[in-house]
Amino acid sequence: MTTLTEEPRAFRLSMLIYDTRYRSMTIQVFALLGFLALVAWLVNNTVENLAIAGKDFNFSFLSSRAGYDISQVLIEYTNDSTHGRATVVGILNTLLVASLGCLLATVIGVLVGVLRLSKNWLVARLMTVYIEGFRNVPVLLWIIAFFAVLTELTPAPNAFRGDNPTASMFLWDSMAVTNRGTYFPEPLFARSLGNLDLYYFKISNDLLAILAVLFASAWISARIKRHADKVQNATGVRPATFLQRLAVSILPIVALMFILGLYLGKPELKGFNFQGGVHLLNSLIALWLALALYTGAFIAENVRAGIMAISKGQSEAAAALGIRPGRVMKLVILPQALRVIIPPLISQYLNLTKNSSLAIAVGYMDIKGTIGGITMNQTGRELESMLLMMFIYLVISLLISLAMNIYNSSVSLKER
Amino acid sequence: MTNITYVRTEMLPQQAPPPGEVGVVGWLRQNLFSGPFNTILTIVSAAVIIFLAYEILPWFTNSIWNASSLSECREIADGACFAVINERFNQLMFGFYPSELYWRPVLAFVLLLIALAPVLIDTVPKKLLLLTAVYPAIMYLLIWGGSIWPPIFVLAGFVVSAVVFSVVDKLAGTLAAIIIAVLAALFWWLYAVVPVSDVFISIADIGFVEVTSNQLGGFMLSIIIGMTGIALSFPIGIVLALGRQSDMPIVKIMCVGFIEFIRGVPLITLLFTASLLLGYFLPKGTTFDIVLRVMIMVTLFASAYMAEVIRGGLAALPRGQYEAADALGLNYWQAQRLIIMPQALKISIPGIVSTFIGLFKDTTLVSIIGLLDPLGLSSAIRANQAWNGIIWELYGFIALVFFIFCFSMSRYSMYLERKLQTGH
Repeated sequence: MTTLTEEPRAFRLSMLIYDTRYRSMTIQVFALLGFLALVAWLVNNTVENLAIAGKDFNFSFLSSRAGYDISQVLIEYTNDSTHGRATVVGILNTLLVASLGCLLATVIGVLVGVLRLSKNWLVARLMTVYIEGFRNVPVLLWIIAFFAVLTELTPAPNAFRGDNPTASMFLWDSMAVTNRGTYFPEPLFARSLGNLDLYYFKISNDLLAILAVLFASAWISARIKRHADKVQNATGVRPATFLQRLAVSILPIVALMFILGLYLGKPELKGFNFQGGVHLLNSLIALWLALALYTGAFIAENVRAGIMAISKGQSEAAAALGIRPGRVMKLVILPQALRVIIPPLISQYLNLTKNSSLAIAVGYMDIKGTIGGITMNQTGRELESMLLMMFIYLVISLLISLAMNIYNSSVSLKER
Repeated sequence: MTNITYVRTEMLPQQAPPPGEVGVVGWLRQNLFSGPFNTILTIVSAAVIIFLAYEILPWFTNSIWNASSLSECREIADGACFAVINERFNQLMFGFYPSELYWRPVLAFVLLLIALAPVLIDTVPKKLLLLTAVYPAIMYLLIWGGSIWPPIFVLAGFVVSAVVFSVVDKLAGTLAAIIIAVLAALFWWLYAVVPVSDVFISIADIGFVEVTSNQLGGFMLSIIIGMTGIALSFPIGIVLALGRQSDMPIVKIMCVGFIEFIRGVPLITLLFTASLLLGYFLPKGTTFDIVLRVMIMVTLFASAYMAEVIRGGLAALPRGQYEAADALGLNYWQAQRLIIMPQALKISIPGIVSTFIGLFKDTTLVSIIGLLDPLGLSSAIRANQAWNGIIWELYGFIALVFFIFCFSMSRYSMYLERKLQTGH
């Protein structure tokens, strides 16, 4: 009689390859060994090459004097500042162009995405042309072309001079577009509150006050809305809150502006250039517009896909319930479409941030221009600078994807 | 039953629709003027189109194709100065490739189209795949020139590997055969190719005139880098995606780390790494071609994105497909090859093609590290005294060529999706 119980077989070496229980272990061990060997080889080469070149690996250059000027700084910086501070300036510049770009790209993307779905044949075609045109041409080409247009086709500052100037300012003499950049009027305060010195950088107290007032207004406005919701739920009648909320949102900030003594500092032509006002560099504008228009085309497609992903039954059901078209969009379609739109939207933000490193093509001083450009060339620390730069980009990317993951888990369908 | 006289018993003849609902007028009313808001939109867009046409058309009709400088153009007429395209066409296409050798990249491009045909189109005879297999060597030979022996013996490595595999497979089993075949191929490429080719070169020195990498440029360079990246990133992306989905934690961590690192940094930092730092990471004295380095970096970059796209396809596949493959008793690779991959890849076609398009557009970034791709050349042309100040004509032309390539790729992906559509 044969028994069905199998003898526990002794372990043989060949089982490491042919037994599926052990094979994955074998593969992993070999993969790990191979990987470690590769890393060891690279590190060893690097150490040897550094030794031959007579260099060491340290980041102390970050605290030495930078000695170069940066055309756009958001925190105090002179050429006596350190390389580390120059890096921070670069990071802030990257974040500035990235956030401006994301903002404009979202506006363009949502508008174009909705218009492309419009029943209006002409508008839909026009939007298709825009989307296909921008998506199928490299973003670097747009950046360079925008920059070329801005620097070569705009008048020089001295064209504004004289009795018969060949160029004139826009918007009641308050905005000047020149080949050195665009000048806007600057909000100034007659009774400014001064600056808050935070050791590394300064924050304007006016800005803090404005933010505090805006935040308080928003909070009170939200309280009014919640109260109205409560009354509506209890009695079925919604109290009219529009005027109250409008007043709460607008009056305090207007009052604050009045207290601070707001006035506009207009740019004026002095010497060879405009003085005063906000000066937007051409490189920033070119980068901003090109990135926003390029990414906007992609976002438009995401928005379109998101809206089309909501089945027609949803809007029909809402209409059958007697909800008006505007509220159908707000209460039924958008909340569902946003769940589809937001994840690719954030990955477009990620792309835009990474593409902002193309700033180097137009000489905008972002991370690549400061630490990965002039600092690297001056100190000869290619390895440290490049690693630091990659690390910074990696941190920014990871933060953005972290935000995306948190959002995703908060809006994902709660299935039971 | 009473006779109901007020019920009509005969059919009424069909009436013609109101004149405003059919024909051109009906179409206009439905599509352009269906409400006050739409009417405003239509008028605004029509105004934009008419304005653009009014500005641009004279620019085109007054264009000049023959002039030697921008100022000469401006003297002749006030239109577009396409003379710059006319004069620099060869440069924009081939960079500084020797002009008497232009037939080589042209031939390589034609052969590329032929080699791609069996991959892209069903009705083309499959025998052409043989050309596709040897095409990389042909391309290398045609573009860079040099002796014909090294590429031949590099290709021979695959033959050596196949022979070793079939021999060992009979003696010691498949797994051992795979390992030994790979080792044999590596050994062949590392230690045998150079001496064997040297022997053959000394016997019969057949070859083409050599062209160095710094002479490559223009759209030729973009296509070389783009095609190599596309061809290589696809298989690497599949492997990475499978690694990321794998049950083996160490393999998974390595794949995730690689993908997230590459996706977290801009391509331009990788390109600078290739041009500045590779000297640190490789043994002293190792130098290799900048175009090759760029190709490697672009490929790695694209394969990380490809991996994520394919992972999306793998995740979208219903669990039942995996379980059905297991139930049929297929092993991992059989299941992947026969059941999982065909469906997962089909799902991810749009993503794959947009990654390809992105890769092709990203080849323009090489201009930042000094290679003369179309954008790099455009800066050189604009720096030239004769063409200083030209903007629209030059960038417009480059944009148009990129548009044609990328747009046809996206149209092909739509065609492929329709062809592979099996749903209802």
